[in-house]
Amino acid sequence: MWESFLGLYNYWIVILLMMAGFYIVMSRHNLVKKLIGLSIFQSSVFLFYISVGKVADGTAPIIEEGISSYSNPLPHVLILTAIVVGVATTSLGLALVVRLKEAYGTIEEDEINEMDAAD
Amino acid sequence: MADHLPILQVILPLIAAPLCLLVRHALACWLIATLVSWLCLAIAVLLLHQVLDGGTIRYQLGNWVAPWGIEYVVDRLNGFILVIVAAIGAVVAPYALRSIDSELPERQIGLFYVMYLLCLAGLLGITITGDAFNVFVFLEISSLSSYALISMGRHRKALHAAYQYLVMGTIGATFFLIGVGLLYMMTGTLNMADLADQLKPLAGSRIVLAAFGFIVVGMGLKLAVFPLHLWLPNAYAHAPSTVSVFLAGTATKVSLYVVLRFIFTVFGFEFSFVNQPLGPALLVLAIAGIVVCSLVAIYQDNVKRLLAWSSVAQIGYMLLGLSFATAIGLQAGLLHMFNHAIIKAGLFLAMGCVFLRLGSCRIEAIAGVGRQMPWTMMGFLLCGLSLIGVPPTAGFVSKWYLVLAALEKGWWPVAALIVLTSLLAVVYVWKVVEVAWFRDPPGTAGRIGEAPLAMLVPLWIMVGANLWFGLETSGNVDVARAAATALMGAVQ
Amino acid sequence: MNAGLLVALAVLVPLAGAGLIALSGRWPNLRETITVFTAVLLFIVNILLAVLVLDGETPALHVAEPVEGVPFAFAIEPLGMLFGLVASFLWIVNSVYSIGYMRGNKEGHQTRFYVCFAVALASTMGLAFSANLFTLFVFYEALTLSTYPLVTHAGTEKAVRAGRVYLGILISTSIVFLLTAILIVWQQTGTLTFAPGGILQGRVSDALGLILLVLFMYGIGKAALMPIHPWLPAAMVAPTPVSALLHAVAVVKAGVFTVVKVIVYVFGLDYLQNLGGSEWLLYVSGATIIVASVIALQADNLKRRLAYSTVSQLSYVIMAAALFTPMAVAGAVLHIAAHAFGKITLFFAAGSIYTAAHKTEVSQLDGIGRRMPWTMAAFGIGALSMIGLPLTAGFVSKWYFLSGALDTRSVVTICVIFASTLLNAGYFLPIVYRAFFRPAPEGGPHDDHGEAPFPIVLALTVTAAGTIILFLMPQLPLALARAVVGG
Repeated sequence: MWESFLGLYNYWIVILLMMAGFYIVMSRHNLVKKLIGLSIFQSSVFLFYISVGKVADGTAPIIEEGISSYSNPLPHVLILTAIVVGVATTSLGLALVVRLKEAYGTIEEDEINEMDAAD
Repeated sequence: MADHLPILQVILPLIAAPLCLLVRHALACWLIATLVSWLCLAIAVLLLHQVLDGGTIRYQLGNWVAPWGIEYVVDRLNGFILVIVAAIGAVVAPYALRSIDSELPERQIGLFYVMYLLCLAGLLGITITGDAFNVFVFLEISSLSSYALISMGRHRKALHAAYQYLVMGTIGATFFLIGVGLLYMMTGTLNMADLADQLKPLAGSRIVLAAFGFIVVGMGLKLAVFPLHLWLPNAYAHAPSTVSVFLAGTATKVSLYVVLRFIFTVFGFEFSFVNQPLGPALLVLAIAGIVVCSLVAIYQDNVKRLLAWSSVAQIGYMLLGLSFATAIGLQAGLLHMFNHAIIKAGLFLAMGCVFLRLGSCRIEAIAGVGRQMPWTMMGFLLCGLSLIGVPPTAGFVSKWYLVLAALEKGWWPVAALIVLTSLLAVVYVWKVVEVAWFRDPPGTAGRIGEAPLAMLVPLWIMVGANLWFGLETSGNVDVARAAATALMGAVQ
Repeated sequence: MNAGLLVALAVLVPLAGAGLIALSGRWPNLRETITVFTAVLLFIVNILLAVLVLDGETPALHVAEPVEGVPFAFAIEPLGMLFGLVASFLWIVNSVYSIGYMRGNKEGHQTRFYVCFAVALASTMGLAFSANLFTLFVFYEALTLSTYPLVTHAGTEKAVRAGRVYLGILISTSIVFLLTAILIVWQQTGTLTFAPGGILQGRVSDALGLILLVLFMYGIGKAALMPIHPWLPAAMVAPTPVSALLHAVAVVKAGVFTVVKVIVYVFGLDYLQNLGGSEWLLYVSGATIIVASVIALQADNLKRRLAYSTVSQLSYVIMAAALFTPMAVAGAVLHIAAHAFGKITLFFAAGSIYTAAHKTEVSQLDGIGRRMPWTMAAFGIGALSMIGLPLTAGFVSKWYFLSGALDTRSVVTICVIFASTLLNAGYFLPIVYRAFFRPAPEGGPHDDHGEAPFPIVLALTVTAAGTIILFLMPQLPLALARAVVGG
């Protein structure tokens, strides 16, 4: 019981991060904090993919004499793409926050909502 | 050359985008964007033609054999979607010249076309690819560029709308990514056709079920299924007019395609509709979406927002067709997807013309505009009739098939509901028409003229399409039927 | 000439006319010449078609097939032909009248007025000639939409409110009831094409047949069966030419035309005769006749009185059709034509009084006959036709109606006919009496007037003469009416 529970510790971390990130996105009104939450949420998925690629007792996927078992490189390659996407999303989001700050003078979403409603 | 059409479909706009970035000159960028959009339409039409004649096309990227390499697959379903997306693009591009010119500062215009081309490439890529992870990549290309496009709106609310969409869209895309990851964990493949084969013996697996949930909910966010639609009204309302047209006509349609592709081709009909209660779930969401969002649309005081709410309601009709889980229901849903693309594009095109002249789309601002811009508002009226579903317009045909599908199942109340909710559409369309035609313009307004020809022609192309596909329906109905039977037949 | 082309022309001529009128808006004389010219051309097309129809042909045109098995198509049978002839002829007269009325009252937005009128006529033609329920439905809605700007023409708060009632009742009944009925017919029979003898026989259960009858009768809001009639009095805010041609002829006749068409060509007379429970239509239409007449009796506003008279007369057609016998249906068909001529005359007279004397209430009309002899004489003829006295067209149709009622020994019908004849006399004859035999009040405003402008007088003389001619020479409508019921 404990073994299987602890053996899957990386997946537990994934779930923990995912929920933490998701909670931050939903509960915070500060636009930057929201983006940080989003980033954590995405990172959890990166970890998930990396965990999926791990093969028990496997080494790095480099072909060499005497090595028969190595990790699956494909998820790692895939997640490289996803990381790039994540970086792009975060930077675009932050750029938007900068513009929002210029336009509204605040980065608190409830204040922005008030100003939107007043227009 | 003809063998490489599938990759050209995506690579053309993808290469044109950085080219525009290098050129930066507004007019040159517009020329490139227009040319590329038209080429894309030509390619999409050729592809659909090939598919209808010779069956599914499979294109191995870089000659890497599937399921290891990435594969582009064009069958009847996505051939149809490709044409929708490319056609909207081809109509929007010429329209952008004047509309964008008036709504964006000079230095942003070149960048606008960069984003537009990226968005087009992303949407076409999502549609054409046969690889689950590739869908995610193109999804993010189109999403990131559309966040940027929306934020270009003139009012500061556009920034806020873009931010909200960014958060919601990223959550949706990440959900999708999780789902794909789970599927890969179970099967070791990302190729959709291969996935379908590998998943058959795994129907009882809980992980596959989780993957199904993540993918459907993730795409549901992008598709703006009620109640995951909250980002859409603001995004459509505050984006530049051209962007509203383009996104309204394409973005949700492509998301719906992904949902269809996964629940029919990848997971299979039996898994989605027999093992899981997807049909009833969709039915409830669709009906709630239609009723609630139509009612909300009635109370909007900005025409673009009104149209955006109506879009969410119309997505409900498409899902309704899907929820019947019959060939004719699916056909009706697909048909409505096509028809709604041309209806909503037409309506937003008309509003873009109004915005160009008035600088506002608020209800009180457009009073009496019908007399000053008769062609524009006549176009709006005709597309509006199509939205309601008045014959002989395109909107009637898809509603007809929807009702027929409901009757075939014996669901009388649903059929009645489709007819009754059309009355709600009468109310919100008429609200605009009445103000525009029968109310006197506000005293402060000066005399304004008709919109320029470069914007009227795209509008009237859409109006013509609405009338044409309301009368001569053999083309699109047959393709929708073929696509629907292919989807249903492949799994039964 | 090719029959299909003629059918297409019947719809396209007024549409093209609408386009030309819109373009020539800046030159009123040219605009109104085009209107009259278009109307004449349309009547010629109708005559050519009528020649074909009387030869026993069925001119038809297949345009497209939007949904499988449901074509957008036209086919002209005698009933539609009669309706087309009446509407297109009266459009000529009405155009002449409109010129006098619109100029005489210096109305605004005249171009929009003439354009919408032409579009409404195009819709009427399409409706009259449609080959199936689907095509009919399209033009039915087009007619509603194109007449809305005419109802709200004045642009005042009152007009807009009336327009909402108009649009609200007509659109919602047609979508909720009529469209549903059409869908049920399609679902049950797989066809929507009108066929002699009906298409429902043996294909639907009796209960569903009854439900369909209710849905159709209340879905066709333009027939103004109580209690869905309020749109018609509301529509009276429109300028008088609109009330005259559209709300005495085109729109309301489109309603009863559709009723007769559905009864004859969708249900079939044999089917309805044997359908238990279908008598309700007789009672409802009978009640409508009486109640509307009583309301008309109390109305002081002339146009309102005429509107309720129309509601009552429309139910004559429905009641005649609801006897489900060939003789009575022939009466219904004839009444469509007879009432059209009589009622348009009455409205023309009302508009004439308004234009010349600016009077709208019955109580103001004392002695007006001496100043406006032509107008009030025409009014008298129209009134006699409404009552159904000999020498007017109303007598012919009432005769057939009564014969049908006697054949079926329907006591209710006979009682309703007699009661309503008395009521008709009760609310029309006092007007004539006032106009000719009461002295004019001393020193009232606007009393120094004569006859209305010449185009108005010309128009109402022509329609009053038409009412008498239809009595003396009813061969053409009779031939068409007989052809409808196959005898």
